[in-house]
Amino acid sequence: MATPSAVTRSAAGPSRPVPTGRTTELVLVLAAVLTAVFGYVEVGVDLDGTAPADAAEYGAALGVIALAAHAVVRWRARYADPLLLPIAVLLNGIGLVVIYRLDRATPGRAAASAQLLWSALGVALFIAVVLLVRDHRRLRRYAYLGAFAALVLLVLPIFFPPVYGSRIWIVIGPLSFQPGEFAKILLAVFFAAYLAVHRDALALTGRRVWRWQLPRGRVLGPVLLIWAAFVGVLVLETDLGTSLLFFGLFVVMLYVATARTGWIAIGLGLAAVGAVTVGWLSPHVHSRVADWLDPLGSIAAGRGANQIAQSLFAFAWGGELGTGLGNGHSVLIGFAAKSDFILATIGEELGLTGLIAVFLLYAALVSRGFRTGIALRDPFGRLLAIGLASIVALQVFVVAGGVLALIPLTGMTMPFIAQGGSSVVTNWIIVALLVRVSDIARRPASEEVA
Amino acid sequence: MARIRPRGNGPQGLPGISVTGRRAGTFCLLLVAALCVQATRVQVFQAGELDRNSANQRLTIERYAQPRGDILVGTEPVTGSVATGGRYAYKRSYTDGPTYAAVTGYASQAYGTTQLEGTEDELLTGTDGRLTGWSLWDAVSRRQNPGGDVHTTLNRAAQEAAMRGLGGQTGAVAAIEPATGRILALASTPSYDPGSFAGHAADDQEAWNRLQADPDQPMLNRALRQTYPPGSTFKVVTAAAALADGVVTDIDAPTAAPHPYVLPGTTTPLVNDTPACDRAGLSLDAAMTASCNSVLGWLGVRTGLDRMAAMAGNFGFDDAKLDVPVRAARSAFDTRMDESQLALSSIGQFDTAATPLVMAMVAAGVADDGTVMRPQLVDSLTRSDGTVVRRMKPTVYRQAVPPAVAAQVQKLMTDVVENGTGGNARIAGAVVGGKTGTAQHGVENSGTPYAWFISWAKPAGSTAVPPVAVAVVVADSDATDVTGGALAAPIARSVMRAVLGV
Repeated sequence: MATPSAVTRSAAGPSRPVPTGRTTELVLVLAAVLTAVFGYVEVGVDLDGTAPADAAEYGAALGVIALAAHAVVRWRARYADPLLLPIAVLLNGIGLVVIYRLDRATPGRAAASAQLLWSALGVALFIAVVLLVRDHRRLRRYAYLGAFAALVLLVLPIFFPPVYGSRIWIVIGPLSFQPGEFAKILLAVFFAAYLAVHRDALALTGRRVWRWQLPRGRVLGPVLLIWAAFVGVLVLETDLGTSLLFFGLFVVMLYVATARTGWIAIGLGLAAVGAVTVGWLSPHVHSRVADWLDPLGSIAAGRGANQIAQSLFAFAWGGELGTGLGNGHSVLIGFAAKSDFILATIGEELGLTGLIAVFLLYAALVSRGFRTGIALRDPFGRLLAIGLASIVALQVFVVAGGVLALIPLTGMTMPFIAQGGSSVVTNWIIVALLVRVSDIARRPASEEVA
Repeated sequence: MARIRPRGNGPQGLPGISVTGRRAGTFCLLLVAALCVQATRVQVFQAGELDRNSANQRLTIERYAQPRGDILVGTEPVTGSVATGGRYAYKRSYTDGPTYAAVTGYASQAYGTTQLEGTEDELLTGTDGRLTGWSLWDAVSRRQNPGGDVHTTLNRAAQEAAMRGLGGQTGAVAAIEPATGRILALASTPSYDPGSFAGHAADDQEAWNRLQADPDQPMLNRALRQTYPPGSTFKVVTAAAALADGVVTDIDAPTAAPHPYVLPGTTTPLVNDTPACDRAGLSLDAAMTASCNSVLGWLGVRTGLDRMAAMAGNFGFDDAKLDVPVRAARSAFDTRMDESQLALSSIGQFDTAATPLVMAMVAAGVADDGTVMRPQLVDSLTRSDGTVVRRMKPTVYRQAVPPAVAAQVQKLMTDVVENGTGGNARIAGAVVGGKTGTAQHGVENSGTPYAWFISWAKPAGSTAVPPVAVAVVVADSDATDVTGGALAAPIARSVMRAVLGV
């Protein structure tokens, strides 16, 4: 492979080097690691008055895995978008710091070191994906296999006991993971492959109802089948969040592929039917909706503050600027403070400022994903990048909207930040795929893979 | 391909992925924008309400996150803070809880605050705006100010003498420095240990429940918050009113008081406790020395309801907002009575009722040449570094009587101690003026009478304002001789001696 300085846009054109952005990426990655180290130090200073002894270790560990990822990108994906990796490192670092901080409030239930190990595993898989998936188009071959695997992964937890009311976990001894997390990627690949092939057929004009052109029944059939399969599985698992995520992803990708607003109308209609059905069938979801409609209702009813109320208390206490790491009381939320509700700690201790900064990091990650998708030339790659970015956006909205009482709470994790091995690993794979497709999107024509 | 329309390069000329992808991306960014809006709503606009929600423990946690400021008597704190190791990091402790309970009150994690702990709570917790120099910076950095200290006006020796004197009896003592209104002692018995329920554990709840159920009401502050019929000690107010209005001009001259004195509009004579009173035409001085009901009742009626009520008001009666800064209960002198009721009220019976604090104000006003100073319990408020936030300024409550009248009342009171019912309050080397009272109460006067004594004292030969005035009430004592002179005067004496240092 040619050295960066010798890279030219095309053999025939003027000899002008294409900027790869790798130095920018390196600087930003180092800044992200330093931000996390600063976070560790702040936790120690606020709680003990001195920098914690293990801050250097945590910082070094995060630095090593971040630089390893950078080195592999530099070696094998030189033209990748230089913002993707630093944003992932920063979000992962913020998550580690906040979990490290919450460990201090929950003695005996330390999670930070496990989360660091999961992060390392996530980066290992990131490296593996960047190295092994040299051309994303090869993934098309596995689309149907992936869809089948996704369905299996989604069905499996039904045979395991429910955790906190949801059957989304597979528990084997001390290990537990949420297979739904991995299923997201497989489904995004499948949807991208399916829609890239069938988008013309799906866009064919069918019946016209008022302003919308509805697709023909023959094309609608498989779509409804997919919808029914997922809703059926998710009703059995009583997990509204994953249901919402998958269906939202499907509708967004369908629209992007076919440009048919009719699909959005159908999607919203089906989503409404699904939501009402799930809310009607499942008392677990029903109570979540009641808590969303009146988060403080349980206090008036004399049952004390529920988790949503405690979450709102935490956000409110943070105000504009937050209490500073270590000075908040988000541990009052109780269980899931480090996972589903981790955003409340960020809101309380880093304030509205820190919270919006985190939201903007996600927004930047998502917009880089969409940008990559638009810049690509093959429909599969375009749909895949947009699908992966949509997963992140939808999941952030569903989780953050839930803990902020904007929408009913659903059991899902904040990408990269929340405690949870399956989540961190999955999100590193998503970023790896985005890095890979963005490398191809930005690669000069002279270096195109044959 | 003929059907391709010019507006897009997607299927059938519909917009291509470049366009739909951009729209979907915009939609995703709108979702993030919605989150930012909702976060702003919760964290900025709804924050105050959520912070104050009764189920939100944060205000309480913050409140007990650091040691509370102290309440001091002299230079010594009578309070402290102990680390709990729990969610509420520090709880209140008291060095000698029962002795100062009527002053400090309590600061309990479970049951809130009262007395000085309540009125000075913001300063003690550190949230008082006066503690901070750079409030904007403090708000940004969320720095919590250390709690400030409350320096009381109490005199440790006087307070301890009052508690010792009351002992196992039910009663109260209030002592004031007449020239300034500084409260020197404020004691109530039976007392309680406010530290016994400072936390929020099961022990604390048990201690609290026990105190609440106690029939002796140990948590009642009898010096400030309870009124008793003042009995004959009120005759000092009646004498001051009669002299101020010229009903009597010479305390040694015979008055026109009849004997027996039949209550106006009735056939009931106002009886005396001693045969020395049973003659007509006694002088005011003789009547006060022997505590004659008939003479003072008659004088009250002669002075008239309006003037009697006005004079009572000068000494703190009928003031519903007497804050020291702890609010004292309203002492009552009725303003709508017939003459027989006025006669009884003038000797501190009927529905006249006073807190020990107000009766101490009566003695202090007389001692301070007729000027009643506003009673105050707080000498100064300081920051944790000792710098002063606020220092007490003595202020006049009312000019009750002119100095000449005050001198006449002083003479009446010294004669009570020298020659009359207040002999038990005599102190060698000091001039003492006082007045006893033994108030009936209960149905048909069946209850054990309230034994009262109010007095002031100064070193012999001193021309300055007496440094101490005191009121003592003993209620429901086990003693057989329940009179103010026998039960209350010795307690007043020991408190006055403690202040005089003799």
